Amino acid sequence: METITVNNVTANDLPWKIIYDASRCTMCGSCVATCSFRAIKMTVERRRMVFSEGDFPDPKSRFSAVPVISQVDSIRDYCRGCGMCEKVCPNDAIRPERNPDTRHPIITRCLGGDSIKRGGRKNLEGSIRTLDSIRVGRISQMTDPSLDAQRHTFDLLAPFGRILPPGELPFTPNQDKELVSNDTTPPVNWIYPVIIGDMSIGALSWRMWEAMAMATAYLNEECGLPVRMSSGEGGVPRRLLRSKYLKYTILQIASGHFGWNRIATSMPDMIEDPAGIMIKIGQGAKPGDGGLLQAGKVAAHIQAIRGVPKTDLLSPPNHQGLYSIEESVQKMFLSMNAAFKFRVPVAIKVAASATSVSVFNNLVRDPYNIVGGFFLDGIDGGTGAAHEVSLDHTGHPIASKLRDCYLAAVSQGRQGQIPLWAAGGLGKTGDLAADAFKMICLGANGVFSGKLILQMAGCVGNDMGRCNACNTGLCPVGITTQESPLVHRLDPEKVAQNIVNYFLAMDQEFKKLMAPIGNSSLPVGRSDALISTDQAIAERLQIQHVC
Amino acid sequence: MCRIGAIKSLDYVHPSIALKLMQSQQEGHDNSGFAMVMQNLGGIFEPYKQLPTLSMACTDDGIKIAENILHESGFRRIVQWSPQVNDWPGLDISAMPHYVFETFNYPNAYENLGKKKKQKLLLDTRLRLREALEDNEEGFVYSFWPDVITLKEIGDPHDIGTYFNLWEVDDRFTAKVITAQCRQNTNYDIVRYAAHPFHLQGYTILANGENTFYLKNKEFQQGLHRGYIGFESDSQCFLYTLHYVHRQLGWPLRYYKHVITPLPFNQIEDRKDKKQLLAIRQSLSHLELNGPNTIIGMLPDNTLFTCCDAKKLRPVVIGHDDRMVVISSEICGINEVLPDRDWETDIYPNERETVAINDELEVQRWKQ
Repeated sequence: METITVNNVTANDLPWKIIYDASRCTMCGSCVATCSFRAIKMTVERRRMVFSEGDFPDPKSRFSAVPVISQVDSIRDYCRGCGMCEKVCPNDAIRPERNPDTRHPIITRCLGGDSIKRGGRKNLEGSIRTLDSIRVGRISQMTDPSLDAQRHTFDLLAPFGRILPPGELPFTPNQDKELVSNDTTPPVNWIYPVIIGDMSIGALSWRMWEAMAMATAYLNEECGLPVRMSSGEGGVPRRLLRSKYLKYTILQIASGHFGWNRIATSMPDMIEDPAGIMIKIGQGAKPGDGGLLQAGKVAAHIQAIRGVPKTDLLSPPNHQGLYSIEESVQKMFLSMNAAFKFRVPVAIKVAASATSVSVFNNLVRDPYNIVGGFFLDGIDGGTGAAHEVSLDHTGHPIASKLRDCYLAAVSQGRQGQIPLWAAGGLGKTGDLAADAFKMICLGANGVFSGKLILQMAGCVGNDMGRCNACNTGLCPVGITTQESPLVHRLDPEKVAQNIVNYFLAMDQEFKKLMAPIGNSSLPVGRSDALISTDQAIAERLQIQHVC
Repeated sequence: MCRIGAIKSLDYVHPSIALKLMQSQQEGHDNSGFAMVMQNLGGIFEPYKQLPTLSMACTDDGIKIAENILHESGFRRIVQWSPQVNDWPGLDISAMPHYVFETFNYPNAYENLGKKKKQKLLLDTRLRLREALEDNEEGFVYSFWPDVITLKEIGDPHDIGTYFNLWEVDDRFTAKVITAQCRQNTNYDIVRYAAHPFHLQGYTILANGENTFYLKNKEFQQGLHRGYIGFESDSQCFLYTLHYVHRQLGWPLRYYKHVITPLPFNQIEDRKDKKQLLAIRQSLSHLELNGPNTIIGMLPDNTLFTCCDAKKLRPVVIGHDDRMVVISSEICGINEVLPDRDWETDIYPNERETVAINDELEVQRWKQ
């Protein structure tokens, strides 16, 4: 019996196996040079060859050393299934294959003594997505005509900012029977109902972040779509802070306050106000688990923007100076007052949770009318880095929670006063218009999306464990890395173009959804337009059940 | 589909004119009912313009329940008019046993109180009556307001006219403003309350169309005012929005149009009243209407107006002569009532227009 050491890591323990065909390989080395994870290596195998040279069989064997590509057996440098090797191989000689018998979740913990960290989305797939069991089922016919998506005009905008109850509007009619304003009202910006973000520079490569900023500017300046992008918590390049394009950027502040020193010191040079401020309390992908940027990604320019040393950057899971919902209101009040003199709407972003409605109720009842948006992020959202246990096992789906918040507002007659923005796996199937539209019918004013934007840029990660290595700083497509050679794989102009085109397509699709229900402005809260084939979902969301 | 019509006249006119206005449009509606609101009353009600008139259809028990409540509240009846009905066999009408049009004196305690308190009392009383009569459908209280009469019934409008003897012109039952509509809510269950015109505290609305923002409107309105109830028809939402904007917020009528069909954002951008228009769009977004609609409305001061949805998906035309203005879904109705008018002065309002007619029959056209 052969003696072996079974505890050594081998390829069949890992989540992906490299399938390699030596007979097709020309040893060009592209795959090895491409693999950012160093999960494959050039090596030499001892091969035995049997041959016969004479006219009659006279088998002889020969041993030779053959150069081959082989998989690295390591829980640090293991194959993530990104498929870059396959992409670059001229001869189809190599590809990763999912290993259903992987022991990775166990051996990584056993050998590392640390929790598993990764990026991406929740990887535990359950039943059919809630939004996929919902259809737009109330079609205009006869009694009211459908509109024409090509010919009619549509108003596709959503508010960002605190909206006063009608009775509190400071308007009185003058002698000419015109309403005149006697007082100020909270700032409100009407923007496209899909916000890009919020992903920090740091989590993303500078090229990716720049591509999003370029796409945002182009969508505004050339396409007439007032799309806004959230900076994420990681600061903003001074060049953007001082430019006219700042007006398209929502600045995010989170518990680490990363980058705010630069933002604050740039204020005297700002020629435009930012589009808004977003105070991030929590994130759907890893609720209650703070921000995480691993040291590998804290490159020199990230250190400069954030003003930090090269180390793991952990935003605390809570804001240290903020102990209650009332304080969060006060904090917004202060940040607005001090920073932008009430000219810029301030919103709050929280992770969807069983307690979201309580938080929302408290904010919507605030007597100062200052909370300018409630961004609710569900469990299916993505992240650049998190503990896998948080990603897979904590969080709350977005659909019912958004609906609960909207209905809580309805029951108080306060719908619309704090705009509701939803996220968390929207567009997961690639079709953001449909998901967003359904969320809007359930009560959202708009949605925000991060992971999908990365997928537009070329992210190859998926929700079945492919890649998900954003935390490592070794992103094979240059999106979530600060390694110069990797970043240069990404063409920012091409990425910007993809994002712009996706938004243009989505805009058309929004109209294709609005026209059949006969609406020319967004049907916020029009749940009567939705039907569900799933009775439990229909009951939970208070929409019509159909079969 | 509905057809709607309204008459505003310098002279008192009989409801037969309204029937005539609607009769010629019958190919466009389904002859399933007739409903009208008369305001600025003449005939036997003329001397009592300041006092509230109850319009109600009910059963024997219903009348007792209502009288008890009114008596208990201290209302004292001054005049009563019951139509002399022609209950001929073969008439297509689902008649209620009693139709009550009664004018009351306010309770003693209210005699010297202000208008607002009286108006509150009238609304509260109507809501109380409505609730009390709801069980077993003992009765339907359509309006309880000074100088206003409402009649609604299910059946063929011509037969309803015959039943109530409305074809026979007299000077006892007249008004200077009459709004009318000839259709029950045949898309859904037939409910008497679902037939427009709808009335609330001096405001009347009727509409031709479909309010696809019904749910949004309804969910918002339910919390705005205790009088915003029923919602048997999506058109009621237009009434409540009118009442809210004009009476509760105290805004001029022209802002009603800005609330129900706000201007597109790119047009608001160029306006000098941008701040107000944006704020309206923001704070009243749940009162916006979508879907095809023509609306005819009446204000407490007898102003009659009409406006349309933002895409002008339903027709309306306004014709007039020196003594009368008629608003109607179809021109044939106006031709019937005002055959000799100068049709070149007819007005076909556009999707951004509100056309209002005051007591002097001045026609004002406001572009949104």
